[in-house]
Amino acid sequence: MISIKNLHASVNGKEILKGINLEIKAGEIHAIMGPNGSGKSTLSSVLAGKEDYEVTEGEVFFNGKNLLEMSPEDRAREGLFLAFQYPIEIPGVSNINFLKTAINEIRSYKGQEPIEAKDFLALVKEKQKLVELDAKLTNRSVNEGFSGGEKKRNEIFQMAMLEPTFAILDETDSGLDIDALKIVANGVNKLKTNNNAFMVITHYQRLLDYIVPDFVHILYNGKIVKSGTKELALELEAKGYDEIKSKFETI
Amino acid sequence: MIAEKSQTAQKIIDSISASAQKVNFISGNEVEEAFTYLENKGIPNAKHEEYKYCNFDGILKKEFKNFYQKFTEVAASEIKKYKLNEAINLVVLNGNYNEALSDKIIVKGITIKNLQNFSGNNLTPIASIAKSNTDAFVAFSNAFSGNGIYLEVENANVIPMPVQIIYVNCALEDSWVSPRSFVHLQKNAELTLTERFVNIGKAKVFSNFLSEKLIEENAKLISYTIQQEGSLTYSVNTNQVHLKSNSVYDNTTITLSGQVVRNNHHAVLIGENSVAHLNGLFFTGGTQLVDNHTLMDHQVPNCESNELYKGVVNDKSTGVFNGKIFVRKDAQKTNAFQSSKNILLSDDGAINAKPQLEIYANDVKCSHGTSTGKIDDAALFYLKARGIGDASAKKLLLRAFANEVIDKIEIESLKEEIETELNTSF
Repeated sequence: MISIKNLHASVNGKEILKGINLEIKAGEIHAIMGPNGSGKSTLSSVLAGKEDYEVTEGEVFFNGKNLLEMSPEDRAREGLFLAFQYPIEIPGVSNINFLKTAINEIRSYKGQEPIEAKDFLALVKEKQKLVELDAKLTNRSVNEGFSGGEKKRNEIFQMAMLEPTFAILDETDSGLDIDALKIVANGVNKLKTNNNAFMVITHYQRLLDYIVPDFVHILYNGKIVKSGTKELALELEAKGYDEIKSKFETI
Repeated sequence: MIAEKSQTAQKIIDSISASAQKVNFISGNEVEEAFTYLENKGIPNAKHEEYKYCNFDGILKKEFKNFYQKFTEVAASEIKKYKLNEAINLVVLNGNYNEALSDKIIVKGITIKNLQNFSGNNLTPIASIAKSNTDAFVAFSNAFSGNGIYLEVENANVIPMPVQIIYVNCALEDSWVSPRSFVHLQKNAELTLTERFVNIGKAKVFSNFLSEKLIEENAKLISYTIQQEGSLTYSVNTNQVHLKSNSVYDNTTITLSGQVVRNNHHAVLIGENSVAHLNGLFFTGGTQLVDNHTLMDHQVPNCESNELYKGVVNDKSTGVFNGKIFVRKDAQKTNAFQSSKNILLSDDGAINAKPQLEIYANDVKCSHGTSTGKIDDAALFYLKARGIGDASAKKLLLRAFANEVIDKIEIESLKEEIETELNTSF
């Protein structure tokens, strides 16, 4: 699905990612954990195509295509989705209009006809249920005046609507209480199939109780310093990041 | 401080004066005042503080070789698309009210007259609000306006459908025109009025529009100004509105086109508990100049005013907003708010936004804010990350920006028309 090789990236001349190697196959969930400042969000931003980041070395292939040469919109149209850590409020643009535009631009990219109004509404209804998003929110402006939890649920709702093949969840658990966390995780689990993959970026093990990863990677100082199965997350939770820090600080 | 009159200004005035007919629907004294003002001050240039960004003396000299009044008649079919289905449409063609092109007045309580009907009448209301000694273009209108339209809504009549006045110009050669209106809402009257400006000719037009609006006690005027005069028009549009007690004036001005568009919009709150709203939206491209000057003149206590102006500036064009709130000594308990927000899309465009508060009363609530920025990069990336392309994403964001003003339009077909117009422009 996605193949990241020796990825280096800088922001304002400062190198943040220092050689990431990662292979994610269809049907897999990978968790990326790591202390603050390790480069987790930079990795998600670089993959989504945020312009503030400069890739200085390495390559990323997404379903066989060179991801780094694509515009952010083409990455999304190819099936990549980023659930933002801090979803943006866009006053004046309704959620519905926003999603309809997105779906139709993706369909047009694939050479498909625009979605029928009634099919679109049925889809909205079905996916709202999945993340228990209040119907009123979908008619409001994108994220405007939403609570932190509503914003995160709206991200998962958008993901459900767009049906990406590869989704990155960037600290989707931050700022969520346990009930909202369960709803979000439940949404993700229902969307998971053998044909898509997830990269779950998180600071805490908590989310991984509900979204069970196939692999866990620890990112530290711009590199994946340790990979393992879900037990690694538990280990990390018990010992904290200090051991990792002290071990790799000295190298 | 008024700058000295230039030689070009005198030439322009002489040329216009030669082709103008004598104005006889305004009191003789006022006309004399107008000529005196123009003799002394002329057409404002960049040295004139109020016309700093809108040097009409220079613009007219550069753009017009001659000032003719060579206009042509137009067929009803040529203006059909500007009519609103749900409204009574009135047409002012080349400065004259044209009954043949206008719809029949099918409701009670409205009186329409040609301004020339007031000729020889010593009690004429025309120019009772717009005084010659206040501004060159008011003086220009008082000196040279040949005709115009008078619209009155009688006592306690709530007009059930909107009225639209379409000011159509169609010149054969470079021409000047000075259309004029006087809108009078008697006590307890209510009207929704659209004033639309179009130029369907192939020659340049300098249009000096002036409208006086008198809103009496408890009356309410909802008004829309739609400017779409195209790249051959250089216009000054003056609106002077007097609000008596408990009256409401609510204007939304949408500037869709016009090479140079200068708007002088003055609301004078002369009666207590009156409310004035001025909203505006302009988006400019090419080498356009759109200059909105507003004045909220609070003369008495307990009044409220609100202003929202938004601009989107592209290419080498310029947008100006100068909003003055004047709270006089007696105007205690005034609530006056103003906001101007602008988006600059290009490096070569310019926005000059200036709020001006002059407050002489001590118990008032006044606020103003102005902002100018680019399209929000974070929002743009968010939309792109969902598969929306650059052009569509910008369009969505600009539409969102504009919607706050467009949503104030309550005539559904007009609102849709403006939305369609914006979709093709962005």
